[in-house]
Amino acid sequence: MGFNQPVVDTSPKVSDEVRKTTCYMCACRCGINVHMKEGKVAYIEGNKDHPVNQGVLCAKGSAGIMQVNAPSRLRAPMKRVGERGSGEFEEITWEEAYDIAVSKLKPIRDEDPSKLAFFTGRDQSQSFTSLWAQGFGTPNYAAHGGFCSVNMAAAGIYTMGGAFWEFGQPDWDHTKMLMIFGVAEDHDSNPIKMGLGKIKARGAKVVGVNPIRSGYNAVADEWVGITPGTDGLFILSMLHCLIKAGKIDLDYLSQFTNAPVLLDETDGSAEEGLFLKDKDGKALVIDRNTGKLAPFDGKGVYPDLAGTHRKAGVTHRTVFHHMIERYMSEEYAPEAVAERCGISAKRIRKLAAELADVAFNQAIELDRPWTDFRGKKHDKMVGRPVSFHSMRGISAHANGFQTCRALHVLQIMLGSVETPGGMRFKPPYPKPATAHPKPHCKVTPGAALDGPHLGFTHGPDDLCLREDGTAARIDKAFTWENPMSSHGMMHMVISNAHAGDPYKIDTLFMYMANMSWNSSMNTSGVIEMLTDKDEDGNYVIPNIIYSDAYSSEMVAYSDLILPDTTYLERHDCISLLDRPICEADAVADAIRWPVVEPDRDVKGFQSALCDLGARLGLPGFVNEDGSQKYEDYADYITNHIRRPGVGPLAGWRVGEDGLQGGRGDVNEAQLDAYIENGGFWMEHVPEDAAYYKPFNMGYQDWAVKMGFFDAVQPYIFQLYVEPMRKFQLAAEGHGERQPPEHLRERIKHTLDPLPIWYSNEPENLADQYPVTALTQRPMAMYHSWGSQNAWLRQIHGHNPLYVPTKIWEENSFEEGDWAKVVSPHGEIVVPVAHMAALNDNTVWTWNAIGKRKGAWALEENAPETTKGFLLNHLIHELLPANGDGMRWANSDPITGQAAWFDLKVRIEKSDVAGQTLPDFAPQKSPVGKGPKDLAWKLGK
Amino acid sequence: MTTLPTHTEKKLGLVIDLDTCVGCHACVVSCKGWNTENYGAPLSDQDAYGANPSGTFLNRVHSYEVQPEAGPAQLIHFPKSCLHCDDAPCVTVCPTGASYKRVEDGIVLVNEADCIGCGLCAWACPYGARELDQQEGVMKKCTLCVDRIYNENLPEEDRQPACVRTCPAGARHFGDLGDENSDVSKLVAERGGVDLMPEQGTKPVNKYLPPRLKDDYTNTGDIDILAPLLEPVAPDAKGILGWLDKALEKL
Repeated sequence: MGFNQPVVDTSPKVSDEVRKTTCYMCACRCGINVHMKEGKVAYIEGNKDHPVNQGVLCAKGSAGIMQVNAPSRLRAPMKRVGERGSGEFEEITWEEAYDIAVSKLKPIRDEDPSKLAFFTGRDQSQSFTSLWAQGFGTPNYAAHGGFCSVNMAAAGIYTMGGAFWEFGQPDWDHTKMLMIFGVAEDHDSNPIKMGLGKIKARGAKVVGVNPIRSGYNAVADEWVGITPGTDGLFILSMLHCLIKAGKIDLDYLSQFTNAPVLLDETDGSAEEGLFLKDKDGKALVIDRNTGKLAPFDGKGVYPDLAGTHRKAGVTHRTVFHHMIERYMSEEYAPEAVAERCGISAKRIRKLAAELADVAFNQAIELDRPWTDFRGKKHDKMVGRPVSFHSMRGISAHANGFQTCRALHVLQIMLGSVETPGGMRFKPPYPKPATAHPKPHCKVTPGAALDGPHLGFTHGPDDLCLREDGTAARIDKAFTWENPMSSHGMMHMVISNAHAGDPYKIDTLFMYMANMSWNSSMNTSGVIEMLTDKDEDGNYVIPNIIYSDAYSSEMVAYSDLILPDTTYLERHDCISLLDRPICEADAVADAIRWPVVEPDRDVKGFQSALCDLGARLGLPGFVNEDGSQKYEDYADYITNHIRRPGVGPLAGWRVGEDGLQGGRGDVNEAQLDAYIENGGFWMEHVPEDAAYYKPFNMGYQDWAVKMGFFDAVQPYIFQLYVEPMRKFQLAAEGHGERQPPEHLRERIKHTLDPLPIWYSNEPENLADQYPVTALTQRPMAMYHSWGSQNAWLRQIHGHNPLYVPTKIWEENSFEEGDWAKVVSPHGEIVVPVAHMAALNDNTVWTWNAIGKRKGAWALEENAPETTKGFLLNHLIHELLPANGDGMRWANSDPITGQAAWFDLKVRIEKSDVAGQTLPDFAPQKSPVGKGPKDLAWKLGK
Repeated sequence: MTTLPTHTEKKLGLVIDLDTCVGCHACVVSCKGWNTENYGAPLSDQDAYGANPSGTFLNRVHSYEVQPEAGPAQLIHFPKSCLHCDDAPCVTVCPTGASYKRVEDGIVLVNEADCIGCGLCAWACPYGARELDQQEGVMKKCTLCVDRIYNENLPEEDRQPACVRTCPAGARHFGDLGDENSDVSKLVAERGGVDLMPEQGTKPVNKYLPPRLKDDYTNTGDIDILAPLLEPVAPDAKGILGWLDKALEKL
């Protein structure tokens, strides 16, 4: 043929209309442009104006069109007609569904509201769902933080008023060295990728600390393939080197942390180890200007790190003295920890030296004057341009809280938190633990709870205990077993409810949590608990109500299904009261709105709660005349008032001079204003308030104006967390509220107010099960949701167990082999694949790809069910028995965080292959199966 | 057989940074979305919810492990789509003229109206960059989003391939590689961009930027270069307090 160039239409019409909303293909909450054709979704791309993603969008986000059209979408409310787990349902009307729900819930509320356990999984509306639960009066409410990253979040808030992701981020514009610890490939998703791209283009160094070199760790300039669970020891060893070399920011530590605060050293007293305080309760320091005692925040005071105070024959020394004593100890020397961490002593020193070099020899200064809370004027902002990021990898261990604390303390000792080039908070954070609520648990029949469920404990008085000392909450959060469990412990609810320990419940009400599959430890056991019957043939957990948008594994185990919408069919607010979308330089919130109307008889779960709340007469959900207060969630978002001038959304509120951001009265057209603006609201942090936020009066004043706080509340970073010491004092025998005997030693040891490291290996029988088994979430899949997505499941349709070279060769594995993986709790049979860029004693797989046959509208022979698997079957919510007659929880002793990543296994070649084990009987799909082929196109 | 133009006015193409690509597949799915809804037949999926799901993708990401001489193994993410070769064997092999390279910008396209789905082009392409759509029976390939890059219905800033617009890590760049002053050409020069499989003689327009040196401590052998920075200021905790007093005086 000759050359023959046809004419191509290079300017086709792109769409009829672009509707801008917020993604929910994962928890990252990017802005999206939804291109519409003929009223349907034609194409989804990132919103360039949006603060989170600035136009980019990940694989999940771009695949949203396959989610909004997924065959697994539930179609109508359903009631169970077969046995639990069978998947036999009958579709019913919403009225019938509400009648059933009210018939279960009303009597409970009138008699004993704690008989309801309401847990809301990966909920992005916790400030709303918690209000509902509070109105109901049950103490049993939480979302999924306890099995996710509460260690990171709580350690951050107790230490410095925030952690990473939603709380803070590296200063991408200025940082010169970024160290990431245990970061899988999400949280937050796009901003980290954008940041990595930005700093790599600038030539800044990225160090990835992770047993697995994939994703972000694959592009890191240097990989530290650490032994899982030893991050805290590695961090404290670097801290040892830095302190010994004097490479710490003394000026910053003096002014902005509690390092100079004096500790009471009266031996054996009930105050030993608590702060010396003045009569107003202010922590005391020695003022270097006068040499005398002074409140830490006194005007003109310059706290003395080296201060001592002698009184009644006792010398009281500063936190800093204690830190030096502890971390100078040779037990933290690189040589002492190298073998355990799997990192050579030389390399630990090298990394510490690099941190010191960048922080102190490459310091940066911004010419921005600011004034601190002592009234001192600073003519510039000094930055230590080393930054850190970490999430679940170091959190999900039983030593996770202390490890996260160690990381936060390291950053602070380098003077890099809230300084240019370091880690920056995102408004409304920073917010210290003292500015958060305490947990509440006082139950009154027929009435609301006495306050918010979740919060921060500051000592034994704040624990959620009943008069007899037993747990007030079904998950045993805020008890001596885990006194600082700020996010609750969703992973313990079903096993505790089944055991009737601390008490029996009547109804389990859940939202967006796949508890009979990938969201539970001990999946097989949980399935048994959900279906177990008593002597009379009644289910041990009598009623289960569940809301989900899709035919997940959990649907089959529920008695009543309230079908949720997809994310493009609903209203939502990503609220400052909740888990906002702010950036370090801007305060922002956002909405979702129905860019398409559901074509099924489904309803946003929050709207269903407005209806149910009204039918139950819950305070906050009915008007004075008893009528329904909020017609739906959109009505709540617009009209709810949390505090004077503060509602769920901060944008376009009514002020004296017109519409304004921050505080203001209700604006009936607020949602329209959001839609007009692309689905979000944003205001920039003033330049003089951009750094040093906890101490910077410019920021504090702005925060009050915006409504984050009602009064300025500057604070100093808590290297020493005094509330932990209060729990220790109780364990030492002080005070009225005393821990049970069997927990005393553990509390004394683990609730150390300065970071420590301890091994979790003996409890997990590492001598018999020497290999750590981990999961990571793939970038192109989010929990279960991706498997129903026709495009994403072609990227991750099954998940081999990745095996390092050493173990691969020891077992003579070959490509295509299958292995038996055995833990103290169970065994699975799975396909294996070789991976060289992996710690020698670690195996891993992708999270939540494996599916149960019959779920998610997949064919029963889908690879997710035949070659996909969960490690969850190997993990128990309790540790193996150790002969002391007790079964200890497989969770962090401080926060109760599920210790997923402490899993120890043995691995050997399997004779059986071809079907992953355990293999469960198929569930009947309540929505049928998906179409065979797809050719998706709306335009001509 | 089909002839190639002797010269193209521009050489539009992609520059893909293997140093920054985290392997997230954002480009893969964004491409799938745009090109399902736009140019030619939709990119279909077979057995979409079944045992062997398999669909048409114009861009895929592969991952390879690399074992350098010194240091630990590395993982490289490698996105691959049509490279819009100057000497495109997929064009010259086409029996109907359906495959062609555009004179104005060098983009290699398939005119689906003339494609008989014989698959010769896919066989001729050394990169495996073409996929026969199973539903439509026509050959699909990267169009460099020819219906975006000139599209007057899009804001100017969006006139770039969907994969480039969406890439979160900024690892994909688009421009005229025939113009040595273009940003992409400068980037290639600066970072030592390379052709994929140059020995095939296809003269690909797309370029790959190689990963930077990683784990440099294993190459230099000198892990102690910063050691003086960690010189102890004192031998023990007591000594540190003495040092502290002096250091605080200086503040």
